[in-house]
Amino acid sequence: MATQNTKGLARLMMAPSVILLLVWMIVPLSMTLWFSFQNYNLLNPANVSFAGLFNYKFFYSDPAFFQSIWNTLVIVGGVLLITVIGGTLIALLIDQPIFGQGIVRILVISPFFVMPPVAALVWKNMIMHPGYGVLADFNRFFGLQPVDWFAQYPLLSIVIIVAWQWLPFATLILLTALQSLDSEQKEAAEMDGANVFNRFIYLTLPHLARAITVVILIQTIFLLGVYAEILVTTNGGPGYASTNLVFLIYRTALLGYDVGGASAGGIIAIILANIVAIFLMRAVGRNLDR
Amino acid sequence: MARAVTTRHKVIATAAAWAVALVIFFPILYTLITSIKTEPEAIAGFSLIPSGTFENYVTVQTQRDYIKPFMNSVILSVGSTILALIIGIPSAWAMAFSPTKRTKDVLMWMLSTKMMPAVAVLVPIYLMFRDFGLLDTRIGLAIMLTLINLPIVIWMLYTYFREIPGEILEAARMDGAGLWQEIVYVLTPMAVPGIASTLLLNIILAWNESFWTIRLTTTNAAPLTAFIASFSSPQGLFWAKLSAASTMAIAPILIMGWFSQKQLVRGLTFGAVK
Repeated sequence: MATQNTKGLARLMMAPSVILLLVWMIVPLSMTLWFSFQNYNLLNPANVSFAGLFNYKFFYSDPAFFQSIWNTLVIVGGVLLITVIGGTLIALLIDQPIFGQGIVRILVISPFFVMPPVAALVWKNMIMHPGYGVLADFNRFFGLQPVDWFAQYPLLSIVIIVAWQWLPFATLILLTALQSLDSEQKEAAEMDGANVFNRFIYLTLPHLARAITVVILIQTIFLLGVYAEILVTTNGGPGYASTNLVFLIYRTALLGYDVGGASAGGIIAIILANIVAIFLMRAVGRNLDR
Repeated sequence: MARAVTTRHKVIATAAAWAVALVIFFPILYTLITSIKTEPEAIAGFSLIPSGTFENYVTVQTQRDYIKPFMNSVILSVGSTILALIIGIPSAWAMAFSPTKRTKDVLMWMLSTKMMPAVAVLVPIYLMFRDFGLLDTRIGLAIMLTLINLPIVIWMLYTYFREIPGEILEAARMDGAGLWQEIVYVLTPMAVPGIASTLLLNIILAWNESFWTIRLTTTNAAPLTAFIASFSSPQGLFWAKLSAASTMAIAPILIMGWFSQKQLVRGLTFGAVK
């Protein structure tokens, strides 16, 4: 009797959040799906008709589409590579006995709290600007030609900025994991004559595996959605050189007023995100169950 | 016995760690320095010594009404977080204290809503907001932020609540505590730290959210993310002033972030790394 009551109460307590999230998931998604089969342009809203697969074909035949998928993958892959490797190295460094560890930690994790538009504008204007940026000043100091980052390497510039924002996250997670490593194990390995390299490969790295998986999972979710950094720096250009899928859909929707086309793009983005999610959940599931 | 650390080793490691830390922190430090330079100084080439003027901070307010987006950021991030807590606490509570076979699935499903790319629902959300008159309103944006952070709020609370031992409830009951006393004297004190951590982390996340805040606002409800993003063209604002605006935009959250490092790790890894 009592348990029946608790169960009912528990359901009641969960109802608001479950209903909200259910509505939040189903309503906009079904609308996107519906629009993706319609000819619907906001400049001509009276003229809506069934389009079949036209929007998908249109999106698919757009050369910008494949470039944007490629750019999306480069951003996710590039940032993951930099942050996981860099984060591991920095975490190992900070984990050493050093003076002022607390302050070093604070300095290293700070970029994570900087909002994306600020991060991107600071890098764009004060670091990478070909005329007034700090990097240009250094280049001139050494007698080199300043680099016009956003014109010459637009995608790389985006990757650098986003990596700067996420490096602290990876470092912090990996550092936390490192600090839970049993120091007796480390000492035992040392006594047995394992050198630094072997200790890292056979002891530290397996211990970090779980944290690294988590870092990859969480970051991928956010990295697939990189938007503001592109908006305030390259605006997707030159051409489509730094347009990712998010940015392409935004352009189609709010600059091209093409509801149908943008919705088809949205469905493709969902499929892409799901493919990634399935792989990740599998990998993570395996790692987390241990 | 801890192994003896040679002083030399410690000094070298310290130097290396500080060098790395300063390089990573440099863009923030330089923004802070530039914010107290004059405009000609700001573009005069690399210099770490500003003239120390606070004029830019004043100008940002008088010319651009900085307080308005700042207040919007405060209202939106705190408001949406409290809303998410009100909805999330009962839910996380129920899952932590009366779990069923499906609890894990429900949690995973909630997390999966977070994986839906925001841009995929940009069109319908934009049209709905337009039709309901919610574009550029604080209430509309607060609802959006609540929805996108709700899964994280529930997950975080769940991992905290689950650590409250069930035996303590039984002990309280044996001592004759009623349901109300149980909640007030036993559970609330134990749940407050977890709730506070969740609050802190979600204010940070909501403050920095930069897709919906930029796309669904123009002026009235625009928080700092949208305000700063509107200066993407160099003519918009000079660099020293942009630095002053940026410094004020990130300072409160940076300080909050420093105090919430541990909670951040827990919260963002859904309790997988502690």
